[in-house]
Amino acid sequence: MSSAVDVRDVTFSYGEKLALDDVSLTVEEGDFLGLIGPNGSGKTTLLHIMLGLIEPDRGSVELFGNPVDEFDAGERIGYVSQQATSRGGTMPVTVRECVRMGRFAHVGHSRLTDEDRAIAEQALETVGISDLADRRVNQLSGGQRQRAYIARALASEADLLALDEPTVGVDAESRDAFYRLLDSLNASGITIILIEHDIGVVTDRADRIACINTELYHHGDTESFVESDALSEAYGATGTVVHHHH
Amino acid sequence: MSESDDHTLESPPVSDVSQYQPKPADLRRRLEVVGISLVGFLGAFVIAFVVLDWLRHYPSLGALPGTLFDQFLIAGMWADHVLGTNVFQHPFMWRSIATGVLIGIVAPLVGTYLVHRQMALIGETLAHTAFAGVAIGLLVMAVTGYEGSLLLIALVVSIVGALVVQWLADRTSTFGDVPIAIMLSGSFAIGTLLISWGRGYVSVPIDIEEFLFGSMSVVTADGARMMAVLSVAVVGIVAATYKQLLFITFDEQAARVAQLDVSAYNTLLVVMTAVVVVGAMQVLGVILVAGMLVIPVAAASQVARSFRETLYLSILIGQASIVGGFAFAISQSLPSGGSIIVVAISFYLLAVAFSLFTGRSTAISMH
Repeated sequence: MSSAVDVRDVTFSYGEKLALDDVSLTVEEGDFLGLIGPNGSGKTTLLHIMLGLIEPDRGSVELFGNPVDEFDAGERIGYVSQQATSRGGTMPVTVRECVRMGRFAHVGHSRLTDEDRAIAEQALETVGISDLADRRVNQLSGGQRQRAYIARALASEADLLALDEPTVGVDAESRDAFYRLLDSLNASGITIILIEHDIGVVTDRADRIACINTELYHHGDTESFVESDALSEAYGATGTVVHHHH
Repeated sequence: MSESDDHTLESPPVSDVSQYQPKPADLRRRLEVVGISLVGFLGAFVIAFVVLDWLRHYPSLGALPGTLFDQFLIAGMWADHVLGTNVFQHPFMWRSIATGVLIGIVAPLVGTYLVHRQMALIGETLAHTAFAGVAIGLLVMAVTGYEGSLLLIALVVSIVGALVVQWLADRTSTFGDVPIAIMLSGSFAIGTLLISWGRGYVSVPIDIEEFLFGSMSVVTADGARMMAVLSVAVVGIVAATYKQLLFITFDEQAARVAQLDVSAYNTLLVVMTAVVVVGAMQVLGVILVAGMLVIPVAAASQVARSFRETLYLSILIGQASIVGGFAFAISQSLPSGGSIIVVAISFYLLAVAFSLFTGRSTAISMH
């Protein structure tokens, strides 16, 4: 099995503050990796480095076997950012328009074909929001909006889905349904990297866990993580314990 | 992609693809398309006028352009006679109208992306940079005896300003508005200093007030021609990059992950803004030009159901503001810039009222 993401000896700091210290980890294709750690532990920074959004101070990253700065198959990655970072809250964009963006990396400057549109419709169906296609994204609930972003990733036929705390502000029922969707996507072969503050959810769903707090405290399968004391070490290091919502 | 076989979930069976039928357009959509077509026709018509106005100065092309141009003005005389106006028989009025109509297309077009990228202040800043450009242009003309287009110099200065703004924005965490606000007043300050200083050496041949507040009589044949060329370029570029600009506007990080060159598209957007601002400055004036980038878009965003519809409605509202503003300015002998903006704001208030009335207001969510 080849690796989807390969992070080697990555160090990154924001000015004086060290965010990541010599982190190495490999995400194999087909993995469902839960990325956990206390607030401010560098989870989002690590994810951004994996995706090439920021460049590490030291170390290297490979995506699907290519150095990340040379990687150009943007359609292979679906990214669902933290809700606050997209304009979905204010811009008059319909769910269908949002999902069709997933085809943009495929067509470049050409027009979308009927096939592109059909793939977008299929993605809407897969995540169960076909009936919301003409609604504006800013009129959706949190859970529906995250489904729209997932559908965009599916429309791009992504092999790797990266999600940064996708269920913040989403009610418990929708959240469970959302994670069932992720499970079925993973079962169909899509690699998933999930940042989640709720450790219970991650240990239920993910088959591998990376626990970081500037350094990597654990990276391995979920059973060995539950048995290890990586959690208390990582969280104890800053004395912050993540608040559980349930 | 070899993996697609595994991804049964997102790879639709071929039958689904062939069965997919785009939904027929509803009445509202059809009306919008008709409106946009009319605006497009109007745009092509005024560009034809500008081209005739240009070609008639080249005798080598024969007498045809000159004859057509004269016929144009004769038709204008008839129009004036019928309407009881004194507008359409004058070439300078046609140049202003042509420039205005083109502003009504390209300003909301570029503005739709600017507003939703929350870069509205950048339009204002580039207008003030363009004012510095006019001042620099006047000095260059006085010192070197250059007799070319003043607006061309303003355009160059404004594009340089746009690249500086983009450079500043790239180096602040987000589009931080403090360095941009400093640049806004800074470039205007330099403009006023240059003009006052220049007045001591040379007589300024142009009324600065017309550049500040906009005037229908400030548009030269040269200025109208430049606006025509720039408009064709801007419409072409937006048509070619519609999808990419939409993606980076909607979700910049996801667009970056999809390997779009976000920085390049940002630069393109800012440079197009500079171009539109310099063209629009003639009729609207430096101080009011940003209004045309923002107000039609704000009005359209109140009522639009999708991004494409926002784009269409912005252009329709922008064009209606231009036509209404011109009519008001001409009939009352008032400056065009202020008239256009007041008409545009009326449309905005109507749109807010409409969305409140129909209970689908986004006024609250446009924060």
